[in-house]
Amino acid sequence: MKLTSEVVARVAQLARLRLLPEELNQLTIELQSILQYMDKLREIDTSEIEPFTQAVYSSNAFRDDLVTNDPNTDAILANAPATAKTFFKVPKIIE
Amino acid sequence: MKYESIIGLEVHAQLLTDSKIFCGCSTSFGAAPNHSTCPVCAGFPGALPVLNKKVVEFALYAGLAMHCKIAGSSRLARKNYFYPDLPKGYQISQYELPICSNGYIDVDVGGATKRVRLIRIHVEEDAGKNIHDAYEDCSLIDLNRAGVPLLEIVSEPDIRNPGEAVSYLKSLRAILRYLEVCDGNMEEGSFRCDANISVRRIGTESLGTKVEIKNLNSFKAIEKALEYEIKRQTDTLSEGGILVQETRLWDDKNEQTRSMRSKESAHDYRYFPDPDLLPINLNQTWTQKVCSNLPELPEARKGRLMSQYGLSAYDAELLTGRRDVADYLEAAINVCPNAKALSNWIIGDLFRVLKERKLDEQLRISDWPLQPTQLGDLVQLIDDGKINGKIAKVIFEALLDTNQSPRLIMTQQRLEQVSDPASLERSIDQVLITHAQQVAAYRGGNDKIFGFLVGQVMKASQGKANPQKVNELLKAKLS
Amino acid sequence: MNLFSLTIHEASDKLRKREVSSQELTEAVFQRVAETDGLIRSYITLCREAAIAQAKEADERLKREAPSSPLLGIPVALKDNLLTQGLRTTCASRILDNFISPYDSTVVAKVRSAGAVITGKTNLDEFAMGSSAENSAFFPTRNPWHLERVPGGSSGGSAASVAADQCIAALGTDTGGSIRQPAAFCGIVGLKPTYGRVSRYGVIAFASSMDQVGPMTKDVRDCALLLEAISGHDPADSTSVNCPVPSYSKSLTGDIAGLRLGVPKEYFTSGLQWTVDEAVTDAIRQLEKCGAIIEEVSLPHAEYAMAVYYIIATAEASSNLARYDGMRYGHRAAGRDLAETYMLTRAEGFGPEVKRRIMLGTYALSAGYYDEYYLKAQKVRTLVCRDFDTAFKHCDAIVTPTSPSTAFKMGEKIQNPLQMYLSDICTISINLAGVPAISVPCGLDREGLPIGMQVIGKHFDEPTILRVAYAYEQQTEWHRKKPALSHA
Repeated sequence: MKLTSEVVARVAQLARLRLLPEELNQLTIELQSILQYMDKLREIDTSEIEPFTQAVYSSNAFRDDLVTNDPNTDAILANAPATAKTFFKVPKIIE
Repeated sequence: MKYESIIGLEVHAQLLTDSKIFCGCSTSFGAAPNHSTCPVCAGFPGALPVLNKKVVEFALYAGLAMHCKIAGSSRLARKNYFYPDLPKGYQISQYELPICSNGYIDVDVGGATKRVRLIRIHVEEDAGKNIHDAYEDCSLIDLNRAGVPLLEIVSEPDIRNPGEAVSYLKSLRAILRYLEVCDGNMEEGSFRCDANISVRRIGTESLGTKVEIKNLNSFKAIEKALEYEIKRQTDTLSEGGILVQETRLWDDKNEQTRSMRSKESAHDYRYFPDPDLLPINLNQTWTQKVCSNLPELPEARKGRLMSQYGLSAYDAELLTGRRDVADYLEAAINVCPNAKALSNWIIGDLFRVLKERKLDEQLRISDWPLQPTQLGDLVQLIDDGKINGKIAKVIFEALLDTNQSPRLIMTQQRLEQVSDPASLERSIDQVLITHAQQVAAYRGGNDKIFGFLVGQVMKASQGKANPQKVNELLKAKLS
Repeated sequence: MNLFSLTIHEASDKLRKREVSSQELTEAVFQRVAETDGLIRSYITLCREAAIAQAKEADERLKREAPSSPLLGIPVALKDNLLTQGLRTTCASRILDNFISPYDSTVVAKVRSAGAVITGKTNLDEFAMGSSAENSAFFPTRNPWHLERVPGGSSGGSAASVAADQCIAALGTDTGGSIRQPAAFCGIVGLKPTYGRVSRYGVIAFASSMDQVGPMTKDVRDCALLLEAISGHDPADSTSVNCPVPSYSKSLTGDIAGLRLGVPKEYFTSGLQWTVDEAVTDAIRQLEKCGAIIEEVSLPHAEYAMAVYYIIATAEASSNLARYDGMRYGHRAAGRDLAETYMLTRAEGFGPEVKRRIMLGTYALSAGYYDEYYLKAQKVRTLVCRDFDTAFKHCDAIVTPTSPSTAFKMGEKIQNPLQMYLSDICTISINLAGVPAISVPCGLDREGLPIGMQVIGKHFDEPTILRVAYAYEQQTEWHRKKPALSHA
């Protein structure tokens, strides 16, 4: 499948990455060659194969419904680029 | 050219757990901004989610109560998109393997029963809150709500009009409240609804263009929004126009839906199973245990109250709206079998007090103003002829916030009904003498005065006279 | 003998005998760092003051109580993708340049409570994405054996620091070979535990279904000791497995008589550097001399592992890295509005390799491509797992080269992503299957560059691979060789 720079631009938007035109071109070439390598997988018939779903052979990893966290607002806000009182301050969200 | 509307509803119900779905932060409302957060729900590097078992249990309760098929193995999935109130840049939700699927609820729509099928019920986490209007140039984010557990309930597009939609939502909410998994408070945001609506010419099989409506914050809004959309869509089509598949917001102020004209085309959420979380395996033992713990649900309870106690559909509906009220009624019936009278007292007097004291805002009332046994005793006293209706009201007020028995109050305050003919006749005679003019008027043909005379006898007896007896005796005397 | 050249077990012995104090040991290590890190650049952050304080405390504990952990008083370095409370944790990225972690990862908490002394945070490829430490946003780390060569990656800083005695031992992480390949390039021991053996809580996520923290040490005994200290179930990590941690040092018997070792033909292809082939083949002969039975096995889907890895790992990574958006921590760009802030923050904050992988992963998950790429890759992953299951029916452990080549020159592969990816070809399948694997030094090539042999085990069978590695090591002197810290 040929990967065009339009598709790459759309993927960059989905990933919230601003790309300069040179970067877009470079990435398109690189991704094309990588994806071409990925096409190897077509050689294998996987019609009867179940996808790998979990790396650990168990289930039901739960916790009890208990409040166990000591609130530490300062720690959570300490790295924030901007705050207002105890809110995170972010650029204006326009709905 | 007649059109019909096809409506599907998507509800997000906040679950009443103590802690969040993936971390041990509290879900309590009202904490200071970002006070109920931790690295997990705030999406910090390296943080990992661990699933709250109670959330799974609540989903099981809801699913079984609504006749769903429970998945033997269920998976959580990541729904990827960027938004400031979504700390990880993805929401942990469910996609291909939800906990529950293919259920239904039977809804009473104007006396008839309508079955609304459910596509699925799944669990997911809530996002944080954005505050847009505090400042001009920025928005504020509070992550206290991020990670609060939600149940998403998706109906099939079985609903055909706004009235049905509201009935469905009310029934759904009642079920969730009965199960005590959600308090169903639309105003506070613990019960949210989005609608999907399309129209088509009656007789056609295929579905029309579907429009999603958001920002529906009350039952009234839902009704109005759906009505508006039906009109908008049918008008557009009748005029030969084309409908766009889109999301529209309900503008409550201007009472219309507006298109959300966002620059981005449809979201690509890139769902995939969350590798940080293990599958949820629900075995027979677990589901059977939940099944056996299910309470009698609103519809069933309503039906039983009607058939067992002869209550009207209207009354039964009011009494089963809350599980604690239905429990109260039946506890009172244990003491006094007059279900009809008890139901009147509850719907009239008790509800009034509950509303005054804002007790009806609780999910389950713990402090009743008076106990069901007290109410039962009170009604029994009336039925035994010991007191009359008006005196009963007096005793009712006196019972509030005490554990006294009505009988005790009756005797202490000497409120026993007077039925003895001799003493009643004395009072009647007195009244006839005092109000000779009215008596003459009555004898002259003015029937209405009879009521007045009865009233006077009641007054003379401080309300304790047996009204039926007074009626009898007075009629006899005046004839 | 220089104090900084000691191993964990040697140093621990001396500490218990009071022959040396933790403070002396720690000072010696920091002195070594001061003398060498200008050249090697293993460390992003050094914590000398805090380390001396920890060393003092360790000395107190050594006086007071019967020593509980062999790590007590031992200077250990931590890869900078492990969160350390109160310390800068950058993941070698501009996007976390100023990030001070509000909490400790579980492994760091364990290491702290064992009484280890934390020397600092080591360099890596940004977000653990790379095989050479050249993708660090700050500076590359050099291979102590030849300073123009890469130390390997992504745990290049940890590997170089252990090799150059800039710490007694280190922790790294391994998603596609990131502990084992740099261990091989730097002539040290590196082990990737079974997936789920060690907690991932507080480890900056790259590929959630493959990431594991593991020991990087001067010899196999140290590896066993450090592995024991960090292993165990963690309720904060749903994928961590609840099964008991054996005493790994007990596996170091030196006896492998009768053990069946599988040699997969697919790993000994023409793509191997011939000196690597020679050294590993020699090592296998050595193991045979020790009594092991060599079997030829097949891992038929080995050639597809790279494609599978680069689809799944990048898909998971694209999602894991979405949280780096400048809203709550880390770098935030000055955008005109919200949309631009996202775009610029991530464009400025992420380096080219990270962007490449995010793009690849996003593409593999996107509508229309999910089935062809992500789902397909997961199906082939099942086949890779089955390959191991089948092979392990005929053997107890599998032996291969760790890397197809020795350390390449800096700048040699960085311009060609695909070439760079291919250097992981021996290690990647292991992460897909979640099995444990260790790399031990087994030779030097004609340029004097270290060669590593990889021993792969069944799930949770770290004891066997440690046993094999130890048996081999005790027959050879490779683990005693030290780099010259010279230019080639």
